[in-house]
Amino acid sequence: MTNAEIVDRIKAQLPESILGSEEFRNDLTILVRKDDIVRVAEFVKSDPDLLFDLVIDVCGVDLYQPEQRFEVVYNLYSLNMKRYLRLKVRVGEDNPVVPTVTSVWPGANWHERETWDMFGIKFAGHPDLRRIYMPEEFEHFPLRKDFPLMGIPDSLSLPRR
Amino acid sequence: MPMGISCCAIEMMATASPRFDISRFGSEVMRFTPRQCDVMIVAGTVNYKMAKVVRKIYDQMPEPKWVISMGACASTGGMFRSYAVVQGIDQFMPVDVYVAGCPPRPENLLCALLELQKKISNESVIGGGQSEPIPPKRPTAEPTGQPA
Repeated sequence: MTNAEIVDRIKAQLPESILGSEEFRNDLTILVRKDDIVRVAEFVKSDPDLLFDLVIDVCGVDLYQPEQRFEVVYNLYSLNMKRYLRLKVRVGEDNPVVPTVTSVWPGANWHERETWDMFGIKFAGHPDLRRIYMPEEFEHFPLRKDFPLMGIPDSLSLPRR
Repeated sequence: MPMGISCCAIEMMATASPRFDISRFGSEVMRFTPRQCDVMIVAGTVNYKMAKVVRKIYDQMPEPKWVISMGACASTGGMFRSYAVVQGIDQFMPVDVYVAGCPPRPENLLCALLELQKKISNESVIGGGQSEPIPPKRPTAEPTGQPA
């Protein structure tokens, strides 16, 4: 199955949900409408010709632009086809909420927690959306472009000397 | 207390191995419970989340107690100029000897141990183990430059 066939296959089933696709050195990336990510995820996982059953990684990107500032990237793998697929979802800064895909791939649980911890993107319906790297009381999101590399003074507590 | 947190711990293990043999200097007994320790060797990068753990283990050690800060990361944050890494463990606990290196060679750690023994021999018993600091000839252990 070629990349074009994969896109056609998903488009035939969910024409409204696919906003675009691009190919770079045979890597296929599909831009998905935010509210339809769960439906697309369910389809690419369960369709007998695709079977993208393994979620390699879910991560965030801060594009640092006024509109649609953040991007959530889902890297999938099909053990059946031995192929990778990348899904992308764009989300704005004022209400950065994306539906969770933990109902489709339980392995996305910690990846989504990491994305929340680093970028502040919430995942609606996530069973356990806590920080995973930084302490619970930390109030910032370190991988956002406007976060200074050396951190914000006094934002992290140390034991008293 | 071998507080091995990252790659410096490998050199610390090498220090305990027969080739360098830390027991030549009367300090071979590495204890893995803080209750039986008097020196903590902090060997590695300490981030803010880990700092609370390091401090807690230090607090569990009985007095008198001393700390060796091993390597660039523990002493200054090292190459990790980052929001997550404590830029020197002396921000949250007292340190007696700093060891330079990334990671320090085992000879370097042994040198630090001898410096600490020198320091302890000048401490008074009455002052609660915390006598006034003597000006050290060498503030940190120098690399020997010679492989063993």
